[in-house]
Amino acid sequence: MATTSSAEPTRRDFLFIATGAVAGVGAAAALVPLIAQMNPDASTIAAGAPIEVDLSPVAEGQGIKVFWRGKPIYINHRTRKEIDEAKAVNVSELRDPATDAERTKAGHDQWLVVIGICTHLGCIPLDHAGNYDGFFCPCHGSQYDSAGRIRQGPAPLNLYLPPYAFLTDTKIKIG
Amino acid sequence: MSGQSTYQPQGRFMQWMERRLPIGGLIHSSFVSYPTPRNLNYWWTFGGILSFMLGVQIITGVVLAMHYTPNTELAFKSVEGIMRDVNYGWLLRYIHANGASMFFLAGYIHLFRGMYYGSYKEPREVLWILGVILLLLMIATGFMGYVLPWGQMSFWAATVITNLFSAIPVVGDSIVSWLWGGYSVGNPTLNRFFSLHYLLPFVIAGVVVLHVWALHVAGQNNPTGIEPKSDRDTVPFTPYATLKDAFGLGVFCLVFAWFVFYVPNYLGHSDNYIPANPAVTPSEIVPEWYYLPFYAILRAIPNKLFGVLGLVSAIAIMAFLPWLDTSAVRSARYRPLYRQFFWVFVIVAVGLGYLGSQPATGAYVIIARIFTAYYFAHFLIILPILGLVERTKPLPNSITESVLGDKVAVPVATTGVR
Repeated sequence: MATTSSAEPTRRDFLFIATGAVAGVGAAAALVPLIAQMNPDASTIAAGAPIEVDLSPVAEGQGIKVFWRGKPIYINHRTRKEIDEAKAVNVSELRDPATDAERTKAGHDQWLVVIGICTHLGCIPLDHAGNYDGFFCPCHGSQYDSAGRIRQGPAPLNLYLPPYAFLTDTKIKIG
Repeated sequence: MSGQSTYQPQGRFMQWMERRLPIGGLIHSSFVSYPTPRNLNYWWTFGGILSFMLGVQIITGVVLAMHYTPNTELAFKSVEGIMRDVNYGWLLRYIHANGASMFFLAGYIHLFRGMYYGSYKEPREVLWILGVILLLLMIATGFMGYVLPWGQMSFWAATVITNLFSAIPVVGDSIVSWLWGGYSVGNPTLNRFFSLHYLLPFVIAGVVVLHVWALHVAGQNNPTGIEPKSDRDTVPFTPYATLKDAFGLGVFCLVFAWFVFYVPNYLGHSDNYIPANPAVTPSEIVPEWYYLPFYAILRAIPNKLFGVLGLVSAIAIMAFLPWLDTSAVRSARYRPLYRQFFWVFVIVAVGLGYLGSQPATGAYVIIARIFTAYYFAHFLIILPILGLVERTKPLPNSITESVLGDKVAVPVATTGVR
């Protein structure tokens, strides 16, 4: 539609722009709940609360698998041999450099707590398998050592560490 | 008459597109330059409002379906999960539930507008019938949606409405167990109602496309009921009708928002917050308000089969309106006698709605029967006769004349808006 060109913006121009601006703000505001509803809801968040795990049944050399927030977590009671092997590795040669101390809690280095998801494409690696006394992922052959660090295969990073803390010597809280 | 082809695509991309898929031109001729009668009043904004409500219901519905579980063990809990746990779930649920009521409110106003101004008359009969089909689809969709929360009202509404089909002789019971997917309303029923409730709104959207197409072929009716005779009788759809629709929509949304945020459960029934119990029927089963008139008609007829037929024909008879109304004059504005009967009909329809909400006892029954008889008499007796005997008021010569009065002769200097 043609309007007469005038040097000053007319009342109609103002009304058009004001209406358009309010409609735009309204549309953006309407979008907020539609997008926010896909975020985790309160029950999912509540189900993802920290869990406590009792370590006393886990003997040396054994490991257990627990789930937290839907992720499998390996908790291994490492043997002396596994601990020494992990500490003896030359850190600068690692693809994802990290010392064994950085991957365990001080005074509790016999406990390895890692998320059991291969950092390549997400399969669950097998525990106590592979050439490094650690983990072996059957999907594409990634191999991790007894501290869960990537040593061989296509995975780019070490197995992730979940947030955890020792409540007592035999109980940890994950999350 | 469809729009003048004045569309000149701006910019290289639109020119490229227009040669390959002329959607720019289609939108322009349908919603920008489309010649709209200049005298449309706010009763004409409800078509746009209905389209908006369909969009709202589909969007909120799809989003709710991300969190709802259509299983009898889990449905009620999943709805409570939406209300309590899902971010803004309470808002989405209340918008969707009250949106259904607003959808029907707008739909009934739209329908009554058509009845008053004779919008169903030649050449808009198919447009009108498509509207009746849309009403039927809305009724089906709303019914199935109400079953989904699996409350007491959900379950018993499903039982009662599906049992209506048992009134059909010979095949009735087979049809009912086919609908149920079992020997009573149960999980198969709920599951399939969810599937169909998700499907039908898109069927509605398709029929709306046909409805708007049929409208654009004939052109809009207007309060005088006489067709536009020249360019002076019409204005381009944008900005006039677009902004009038937007304003009407804004006011409508205020009413909608008032329900959603202040009285979100007012239109609902508290019994639907009780999980479905197949062993106990609530003392008063009442459908949602938008079904009440038809519910009243069903109950008023004391025979099972004829009650069901009455219910169905109360809606179906609308489709025959173009042929039942014999008047040559469209708009009630020029039909003083019809206008009175129209308002009586509105009162009867609303009255039937009230009666549907009351127990079927005593005086309520008698009045419901009278109103039901009048309802059908309006269509089958009053309208045909009225057209033949009514003395109508003289029609104006043109729409412009009805708007501007005697000042038609002098062309008004416009500021360039075509």
